[in-house]
Amino acid sequence: MAYSKDQLLARLKELQIEFSQYEHPVVLTVEAQAKYVGNLGGALSKNLFLKDKKHRYYVVSALADTKVDLKVLSQRLGLGKGGLRMAAEEALVEILKVPLGCVTPFAVVNESARHVSLLLDQGFKAQEYCFFHPLSNDMSISLNAHCLDKFLKSIGRDPSYVDLEANPPVGKDQPPDLAAFVPSDAPILSDLPVKAPTQDSTGKHVSAASNSAVVAAKAIKPSGNAQNVKEKPVNTVQPSIPAADAGNFVEELLDRASALLLSEISEDSIKQHSGQLGAEVANNIKKCLREDLKNLATIFKNTAYTEGFYAGTRYQPKRL
Amino acid sequence: MEKVEDQNPQQEEDQVVNPWEVSAKDGGKIDYDKLIDKFGCQRLDQSFVDRVQRLTSRPPHVFLRRGVFFAHRDFNDILDAYERGQKFYLYTGRGPSSEALHLGHLIPFMFTKYLQDAFKVPLVIQLTDDEKCMWKNLSVEESQRLARENAKDIIACGFDISKTFIFSDFDYVGGAFYKNMVKVAKCVTYNKVVGIFGFTGEDHIGKVSFPPVQAVPSFPSSFPHLFSGKDDLRCLIPCAIDQDPYFRMTRDVAPRIGYHKPALIESLFFPALQGETGKMSASDPNSAIYVTDSAKDIKYKVNKHAFTGGQETIEKHRQYGANLEVDIPIKYLNFFLEDDVELEHIKKAYGAGRMLTGEVKKRLIEVLTEIVERHRRARAAVTDEMVDAFMAVRPLPNMFD
Repeated sequence: MAYSKDQLLARLKELQIEFSQYEHPVVLTVEAQAKYVGNLGGALSKNLFLKDKKHRYYVVSALADTKVDLKVLSQRLGLGKGGLRMAAEEALVEILKVPLGCVTPFAVVNESARHVSLLLDQGFKAQEYCFFHPLSNDMSISLNAHCLDKFLKSIGRDPSYVDLEANPPVGKDQPPDLAAFVPSDAPILSDLPVKAPTQDSTGKHVSAASNSAVVAAKAIKPSGNAQNVKEKPVNTVQPSIPAADAGNFVEELLDRASALLLSEISEDSIKQHSGQLGAEVANNIKKCLREDLKNLATIFKNTAYTEGFYAGTRYQPKRL
Repeated sequence: MEKVEDQNPQQEEDQVVNPWEVSAKDGGKIDYDKLIDKFGCQRLDQSFVDRVQRLTSRPPHVFLRRGVFFAHRDFNDILDAYERGQKFYLYTGRGPSSEALHLGHLIPFMFTKYLQDAFKVPLVIQLTDDEKCMWKNLSVEESQRLARENAKDIIACGFDISKTFIFSDFDYVGGAFYKNMVKVAKCVTYNKVVGIFGFTGEDHIGKVSFPPVQAVPSFPSSFPHLFSGKDDLRCLIPCAIDQDPYFRMTRDVAPRIGYHKPALIESLFFPALQGETGKMSASDPNSAIYVTDSAKDIKYKVNKHAFTGGQETIEKHRQYGANLEVDIPIKYLNFFLEDDVELEHIKKAYGAGRMLTGEVKKRLIEVLTEIVERHRRARAAVTDEMVDAFMAVRPLPNMFD
């Protein structure tokens, strides 16, 4: 199931992305790679596969001479001072599906790497072209950052470039500037029932996702219902068109209604309304949920319309 | 003949209110009565709110009930026509100068969504990327990118895609739209535009020729793919009151080129957390609640930075009560707490000193967190494809359903 070098190259050609390829003996380090492609004018990249204490993974891809300080990066991501370390070799193979010495931004094409966050050195943009491994260490391909972006966008990734050498202060009044790059762990970990908007919504649920709402929208490929929990096997080569899923939509509506219903029925309310409790609760549910459910329905409608629109723009008229 | 403000707004004026600057006299509060008087628009009184309720058969929006949208031009004409079965369309917009949107930015959009739902009418949303490119000196690409990013937050406010057309100036200006721009431009002298907007000899010609761009979405013929054959369709523009100059100019020109004057419904400024001295600023993160703020951020910002009218000590507070005139949490609750009864209760108790500042802040934090959370979830469901669909030049066959 892992993407192969040949599949990647074919895909780049399909997308009409300009690149050059160079075969060489297997290399495990940037120095070794430099021996074969170092004199060709482009910039070499060094690629780190990192993980944090909550088992979230990051690919940091930088120019070979950009200084990457893991302590600084960890703070800028909001992980505290020692939050980042190099990931284990097993994780490399299991998640990125590449061998040792072959970490590359292209590895995020794999389904298993959907939640790996990708940080790209803004130094790439100033280079005419940069070298990366195309999922295998016996080849290097060179391409312009713009072309890399095209590829990343085609797999639903949002290419974001970062000044990796910057060391901005992080404190109470200066939030970690790279916090948006921390992957949201929503799809895998949250089989929590959807709560009706409660009065005491805690910080946890929101802060993990609020900053990465934009990242999440791309990396997680949510379906029409914003609280998607169902995983769908997605062909990572196609752009992500989240589906308007009627089942999820209805589940969300029912979850909210039943949560509100349960909160309305208590000893006190039974005592207060006795026989009229049914009518009272029904009215309250309608009053409280009306706007919320309408909003959910509008999101569903907009998503379904978008699906249809997308299909319509790619419709092939009947041949006469 | 309605009053048209011709003086250069910077000259001998105490408060400054125009699309690029809002500041009160001597760092005090904005005097809205003076503003209405100076601009020449009308107050939106309770009779309008009642009439809207009658015509739409639903409770009026919290912003109407609380006087957030407090001024108008010709809203009664819109309602009269509506009663006769003549629909209208809505026009609002945003200048995409930053990626960070705060709650103040969402206010016109929240209200416009309510108007779309209540009156069942179509909406055009203009993203003035060209304006920001010119005024904020952004690159063309960056302003276009910001326009798309802002579009996602706007869509997250809940607009119906089958009745809404979003467009960016860089994409859409041309064709029928441009023809109207030229018609408008021919009717406004250089001196007039300097008088309305305060341009100087140092301002580049891009700025001077921009106003028609924001004017012509008020005319249905600017959107032939939507309103072809409906030249008589009226336009209602919900906006913050600092946009009034553009539309005063537009209303002046409209009859001269054979179009209806657009109607306006205008809002107060959303005060900054630190107090009512002007608008929230997108460049000071602590002056505003952003749509990307976490619950923790909101709690911190309200607790640490919200300017309150509470007394210095509990004893004094219990004795004298809070100064509701300057209290920011009360003002914010006025905007966002739906329950009229609860708000009244809080105001009474806090004003009398029975309720403490901490309790009011706590309630505000709950309300704001809910709003931001709901927005964040809706935003997560907005994809690039959805933005493309909203921004596609396509017919909207069900726009009045």
